[in-house]
Amino acid sequence: MGVHTLPDLRYVTSRLTALTVAVLALAACSAPSTTPSAPGGDTLVVATAGEPDALNPVLNYGVDGGSLIFDGLVSRDESNRLVPALARDLPTLSADGKTVTAKLRDGVLFHDGSPLSAQDVVFTYQSVLDPKVDSTLRSDLDMLVSVTAPDPATVVFRLKYPYAPFLQRLTLGIVPAKVLAGQDINKAAFNRQPVGTGPYEVKSWTPGDRLVLSANQKYWAGRPANKGVVVAFVADDNVRAQRARAGEFDVAELAPKLAAGFDGQAGYRVQKVPTADYRGVTLPMGNPVTGDVAVRRALSAAVDRAALVTGVLGGAGEPAFGPVPPSSPFAEPSIAGKAGAAPDAAAALLDAAGWKPGPDGIRARDGRPAAFALMYPATDSLRKELALAVTADARKVGIKVTPEGLTWDAITPRMGNDALVMGYGTPYDPDFVSYKLFGSAFAGQGFFNPGSYRSPTVDQALQEGRDHADPTRRQAAYSAFQKQIAADVPWVFLTYLQHTYVVSATVTGVAARVEPHEHDVANSLWWNIHTWTKKP
Amino acid sequence: MVRRRLLVAVPVLAATSAGMFALGAASPIDPAQQYAGAAAFTTSEENLAQIRANWGVDDPLPVQYARWVGHLLQGDLGWSTSRHEPVTSVLAARAGWTLLLVGAALALVLVTSLLLGTLAAYRRGGWLDRGLRASAYAVQSMPVFWLGLAAIALFALALGWLPAGGLTGITATGTDPADVARHLILPVGVLAVAQAPWFVLFIRDAVAESLRDDHVLAARARGLPGRTVLFGHALRTALLPFLTLVGTHLPELVGGAVLVETVFSLPGLGAVTVQAALGSDFPLLAATTLATTVVVLAANLVTDLAYAAADPRVRLDD
Repeated sequence: MGVHTLPDLRYVTSRLTALTVAVLALAACSAPSTTPSAPGGDTLVVATAGEPDALNPVLNYGVDGGSLIFDGLVSRDESNRLVPALARDLPTLSADGKTVTAKLRDGVLFHDGSPLSAQDVVFTYQSVLDPKVDSTLRSDLDMLVSVTAPDPATVVFRLKYPYAPFLQRLTLGIVPAKVLAGQDINKAAFNRQPVGTGPYEVKSWTPGDRLVLSANQKYWAGRPANKGVVVAFVADDNVRAQRARAGEFDVAELAPKLAAGFDGQAGYRVQKVPTADYRGVTLPMGNPVTGDVAVRRALSAAVDRAALVTGVLGGAGEPAFGPVPPSSPFAEPSIAGKAGAAPDAAAALLDAAGWKPGPDGIRARDGRPAAFALMYPATDSLRKELALAVTADARKVGIKVTPEGLTWDAITPRMGNDALVMGYGTPYDPDFVSYKLFGSAFAGQGFFNPGSYRSPTVDQALQEGRDHADPTRRQAAYSAFQKQIAADVPWVFLTYLQHTYVVSATVTGVAARVEPHEHDVANSLWWNIHTWTKKP
Repeated sequence: MVRRRLLVAVPVLAATSAGMFALGAASPIDPAQQYAGAAAFTTSEENLAQIRANWGVDDPLPVQYARWVGHLLQGDLGWSTSRHEPVTSVLAARAGWTLLLVGAALALVLVTSLLLGTLAAYRRGGWLDRGLRASAYAVQSMPVFWLGLAAIALFALALGWLPAGGLTGITATGTDPADVARHLILPVGVLAVAQAPWFVLFIRDAVAESLRDDHVLAARARGLPGRTVLFGHALRTALLPFLTLVGTHLPELVGGAVLVETVFSLPGLGAVTVQAALGSDFPLLAATTLATTVVVLAANLVTDLAYAAADPRVRLDD
């Protein structure tokens, strides 16, 4: 025993070194290695947290258009108005509202060079309807009975019942039937290497890193103004801000407070984009406190929406008073109240309804304290801050709110009895979300109308808006709907969010449009990036 | 011994994967809702049920597990519901980067900690020793995440020497080794620095201890040069327990790599593992857990083999 029984140290270290080298070599083998290439002169780089699961419209990629890789029969312009895309003109609705006919544009080619035909449109929509396909879009197309192609340039959609906003559902990107037919769409290689008709074709996609798009030189609407786009996927907000600061991106989406750091910084500007994405508090009818309309109206008067926008949202938002965003042509201006709190009005409402302040400042009626629980998803820091702000505002008028941060599986069984900070919204058609969220037929069905709100006026207005294509009739119906919601307050609407981006000063052509909640590669600030240019 | 270890590995792997499935089944998260994202709130229950049926995730747990094992035996790791691609292609695309990151960081940690720890022990109480110990304690108290952001702020933003993140230049079309290497300097450095304190302090203490051992004193008394005594005698004695430390510390290194991958936006296994856990994606979770278990078992085996090679008193034929 002793020092001379130990083997040579160099032997051991060389073993260790060999092991390390082997690990490295193994790693290097499994990593794809290709040659580097010159950066594109005017390739634009955008950064987002939102990475799609699959680049296939049938599997929920870019269903509302702006998908860069695909086109729908129709698309939306800067004001979110429908314009023809793969359809030559806007498709037409039959007099009974149950048949929609679209004529296809001539000479449209897929990225692989094959021509677009009506069969591709039929295939796309039939795939969505196929229960074997993992598409959540199926819920939105439950009025669709059949899609047929009487000739190669015509597509006919038949509906179960008249559905006025059906054209709004035709933004779904069209996939080539030839490439996908006979395959399991859920597992097709197409989902990683898609073929569309859009302004860009996919060169490569490294999940977790980037999507590289190159301009489609044969794009039917004209060649893109730049060579290509790189979409960098950076999930963490702080990391994205750091990399933007290092000058890696032409456009990056950032949380409002991080974006504010770029304000006034040379070479960048901050772009705030309005959205239709609202946050509010659901007030269930089954709860003895929130079931009283006086309490609901008082809460709506008591919250200080202006303070929520400046304090919680860092200025990136606007007060919300109803489920139809102010940017929508269907918005009813008369329902907008004061952005600040109106505690006196709230107190008067509660007094009149018999909710009298007790010794501890909490109001009560017939021995029942004006108290309820307010749930929020614990991981959502924005909803948490909103819940705390509402709690404080309610306390000022004598209503005791107990905020509870929970997971969704704990929240869902309680939605019928306890209030919840929720968010929804669509910029496109008021029917889309509101029909299920406020219709009595959906009362208590999961996330559809969880508070079991029932109003014959609202039911009738929502049905009228869906049944009739006539714009003035729809306008009147949705006005009535919004006024009734404002009177009944099944939700206290708090704020509409704004998405914030930092944009390099070298980029021209940015045209912000009102965004939905979901925005990733598709439907972000760069929805029209094929018309952007970049100064060197 | 190798054969015996391999035999033990089988029940360990079976137990790990079964545990994974049991934990997943106890999770209240609905993978279909997770998959739908924001659309979950406007998707009908019927629609979600169809998707769950397509995936077979409503089947009883033993059925799901048996199906998974059956596929595994045929070399098929199953379908990742959270990534929407085969588990094998998730691993193929990402495991290499994680291995590269961990391997390079481990190599760096080993070399620097052996060198610095030994020198600090030799001049115990000197400025190198004191400085090293102070910074080791300081680094030990910093979260990896914070270290990463600080490194970006310093080397990428303030000095502009190195890229702030990503695997390659943002407009590069391929993965050029030189470009990748440049992008990996910061992540590997941060991971190595974050893990180094353990190793440096261990080596320092172990060498300091063995400098007082009889055989080292004897070597000195024989008038051998200082460097020979330090590296040839003192460090050599200290190295044995160090091997054990490396083996047991490997899982922590893998854990650190997950965070480093997030900070530097590297497309490794870290982010997908978190996503798989959040989305109740059994097949992917089971595969990454199995892969980690295999790596740890292999590391322990290698440690023991290295031990046997370094110390003839250790016999493997028991």
